[in-house]
Amino acid sequence: MKKTTLFDIISPIMIGPSSSHTAGAVRLGLLARHIYKETPKSVKFTLYNSYAHTGKGHGTEKGLLAGILGLDVDDRRIKDIFNSDLAKNIEYSFKYTDNIKRHPNAVDIEIDGKTKMFLSGDSVGAGEVAIRKINDFSVKLTGRYNNLILVYKDKPGMISKVTYLLQREGINIAYLNCDRNAKGQKASMVIEIDGDLQSAVETVILHMPDVYFVTYVKKLEN
Amino acid sequence: MDTFEQLYNYCISNNKTIFEASQENMAQEADISVEEVRNFVQKSLCAMKEAISSGIKSKELSMSGMCGDDCFKIQQYYKKQHSMFGDLFEKIIEYALATSEENIRMGKIVACPTAGSCGIVPSTLLAVSEKFNYSNSEQINALITAGEIGRIISIKVALAGAVAGCQAECGVASAMSAAAICQLQGGSVKQILNASALALKNILGLTCDPVAGLVEVPCVKRNPFLAIHSITAAELSVANVESKIPLDEVVDAMSQTGALMSPMLKESSQAGLATTKTGLDIANNIFNKK
Ligand code: SF4
Repeated sequence: MKKTTLFDIISPIMIGPSSSHTAGAVRLGLLARHIYKETPKSVKFTLYNSYAHTGKGHGTEKGLLAGILGLDVDDRRIKDIFNSDLAKNIEYSFKYTDNIKRHPNAVDIEIDGKTKMFLSGDSVGAGEVAIRKINDFSVKLTGRYNNLILVYKDKPGMISKVTYLLQREGINIAYLNCDRNAKGQKASMVIEIDGDLQSAVETVILHMPDVYFVTYVKKLEN
Repeated sequence: MDTFEQLYNYCISNNKTIFEASQENMAQEADISVEEVRNFVQKSLCAMKEAISSGIKSKELSMSGMCGDDCFKIQQYYKKQHSMFGDLFEKIIEYALATSEENIRMGKIVACPTAGSCGIVPSTLLAVSEKFNYSNSEQINALITAGEIGRIISIKVALAGAVAGCQAECGVASAMSAAAICQLQGGSVKQILNASALALKNILGLTCDPVAGLVEVPCVKRNPFLAIHSITAAELSVANVESKIPLDEVVDAMSQTGALMSPMLKESSQAGLATTKTGLDIANNIFNKK
């Protein structure tokens, strides 16, 4: 966990009314957008538990959609996003449900466009969020660091190949998390890094054999 | 620096104020200059002023319709009848309501430390600064001082109603506000920490039981109440009225009280005001409207 700083106490500058239900929702949407890399054609949100029950009064739906459309937590357009021009070219829907196994402020995000993507995440408090799942893989993406995400064929040596590449670029790894659905099938790697990654490295990794998917997700500014 | 005792000792032995220690520490942690730290704080300060100036002009209700026109009402009243406590008191009440109403109508605010408690620090800091012409730089000093108080409290207690009740949101905001006012008035390190201790001590046990689960009732009106509360603490402290319990220990007490508080009274809206007859009626109305 990153330590709370002076800055955290006197920020963020945000659209109200709730850091977890409004700002957190915007950040979840925004992280999803950064992972997907473009504006989707359509998006289906499923809101769980407290998000489902008190979301409307807190503008949670507006926040999620605004985030997917690329707005930041302090953007005044969030309030009227449903009527905004930005939202004209995207289909969106919301479902509400209870599930005690899920976090009180959880959301699933099903994106469709160039490709399909399924994401789920939680708003864990004070505006902090975590994306927990991308398609079938468990991840933990908080938006606090720059992240490199990979999906690849599960086989020996992949981790060292990738970390070697990063080392060559002088990049320090803050945190590394792997997951796989079954031995020898697909595996995922989420690497939190200090510093910035040149897009060339992303391309190199994408062209490595047995890499199916790579995306670089920059940390959230606000 | 993880405790107020450490902060105090550091300030005394290095002959520094709290804001100096805090801004240097932040600069070091983020690997930026003190000037950049102050620029960040300046942004928050500007956003606080913006929230007040738009909030004070609006009487738009929140999505639930529960709140949003109280700042308007009090201004109307003060136009006819001035407060018996003077214009500074009027301003603090108005600014606190303006900010927290801006929050619930999806306006732009600064979570300080949280969105629900966003009206407390700006209302006192800016009303007092306007009244006594404190410079922009002095206002930044005061906001950093407030932030440092919140930062050290947050090491022991998460500043969230769901974790420790409203004592950890509006209560902490009032401790921060007391410190800011004390800093503006030229209080010593000791007086500033003492002001926070007095404010926090007097609000221990405050629960979080919002009606219909929304950050509106009792939150909006709690902001002006706790702003005034913090002024009392600052005044007592500059007169050297001492909190018998030091700030670190008050924070320990708050943490313990938060842990002992029933989860039903920690933002889950399962008890307290949320489940009064009227609270439930309001909630039903809101949910049926949808
Ligand atoms: S009552 Fe709860 S929701 Fe309202 S301001 Fe206090 S802690 Fe936040």
